[in-house]
Amino acid sequence: MKYLDEYRDAPTARQYAAQIARVTTRPWAIMEVCGGQTHAIVKFGIDELLPKAITLIHGPGCPVCVTPLDLIDKAIQIASRPGTIFCSFGDMLRVPGSAADLLSVKAAGGDVRMVYSPLDALGLAARHPDREVVFFAVGFETTAPATAMAAHLAAARGVKNFSLLVAHVRVPPAMEALLASPDCRVRGFLAAGHVCAVMGCAEYGPIAAKYRVPIVVTGFEPLDILQGVLMCVRQLEAGRVEVENQYARVVRPAGNQPAQDLIRRVFEVVPRKWRGLGEIPASGLGLRSQYEALDAEKRFGLASHDTAESIECLSGLVLQGRIKPAECPAFGTACAPEHPLGAPMVSSEGACAAYYRYRGRPPVSKS
Amino acid sequence: MCLAIPGRITSLQDEDPLTRSGKVDFGGIQKDVNLTCVPEAKVGDYVIVHVGFALSVVDEREAATVFEYLRQMGELLELKDPGP
Repeated sequence: MKYLDEYRDAPTARQYAAQIARVTTRPWAIMEVCGGQTHAIVKFGIDELLPKAITLIHGPGCPVCVTPLDLIDKAIQIASRPGTIFCSFGDMLRVPGSAADLLSVKAAGGDVRMVYSPLDALGLAARHPDREVVFFAVGFETTAPATAMAAHLAAARGVKNFSLLVAHVRVPPAMEALLASPDCRVRGFLAAGHVCAVMGCAEYGPIAAKYRVPIVVTGFEPLDILQGVLMCVRQLEAGRVEVENQYARVVRPAGNQPAQDLIRRVFEVVPRKWRGLGEIPASGLGLRSQYEALDAEKRFGLASHDTAESIECLSGLVLQGRIKPAECPAFGTACAPEHPLGAPMVSSEGACAAYYRYRGRPPVSKS
Repeated sequence: MCLAIPGRITSLQDEDPLTRSGKVDFGGIQKDVNLTCVPEAKVGDYVIVHVGFALSVVDEREAATVFEYLRQMGELLELKDPGP
């Protein structure tokens, strides 16, 4: 396919790897923020092409993985209500809550449906006026415009049986939270290209300056990632801390104005709890008061409650980039895609799922 | 989740600014895509699509820079270091 295949060209990838090796004089740890980039790195073996001095740390950019347990429990509560159609992106269905997952609600007779877009959920509400249709709105700034459009159309059309369980998150505050940690190893970032396609690059300038880290807005194909790494390493080696845009074919410096207008119309910035990272100020998007009627938590009177994560699952450390998935004792044994302990083993963007799928299970010890 | 893929607009169906949509071809598979956030997009353009929403029109000129960057870098190094 045009604009995909050419960015997987192996000879060019090797030239990039050689150039990165040439300019690298010291060890550098670079975090790729987005789970989509993590998957490309593990799938194509990009990390194995790089010189040993360059470490890629996998970031928390997997919205399914960072959705907190209590929101998943709320989703399960809503989905279990009679007369409800609960809609979610497919990745979310097998993420374990405290006691169950959405798929087990479906198996028990609940009407849980996988949708491709929030607008599909709105369409279901129009076709089933006698049912409550609830959409589990997870995602970063990339996905927020689509949810905002569904909310806006629902309000404009006076759709009464549609609501949203909102778990939207923002990337820049999470990057700051990681950088503010005293033992942060990250020296440079590959920022998430599609988040920036919506939001632009302006939010990253103050972060680069405050924490003295280069930030390169980067795409998702192998050559994009290699070029992003090369740009980042060149900055690090030269002592520069700038925001650069590797993904200019898609990302404009100011982002997408109509998409930002949609987000601002429907959402306000709120604090949000991240699975594995805790509560981060200003890291979420919540419905503005004008759209409060669409808030599923209010509509169904759900209260927040304290939830305890599985003690066997080290996904919090994986999401912070402190350990690689295979370093978790449960990886590939107690935790696998068929019986996950944590969300990163489920999501198509989760780091654990990427290692399991492309690097294989850990060898079974002969005893 | 932020997976978004490029496809070519083959037709426009709805020109209402609130619900602007069109058919987009992804390597032979056609899908309806919401085009409200890319009012400038026209038939033949490639757009980046995420959960049924076009988020950006692919810039053809910028698309080649990934192949030019290494060459430009090589020229720059030669300028700095004329060699033995």
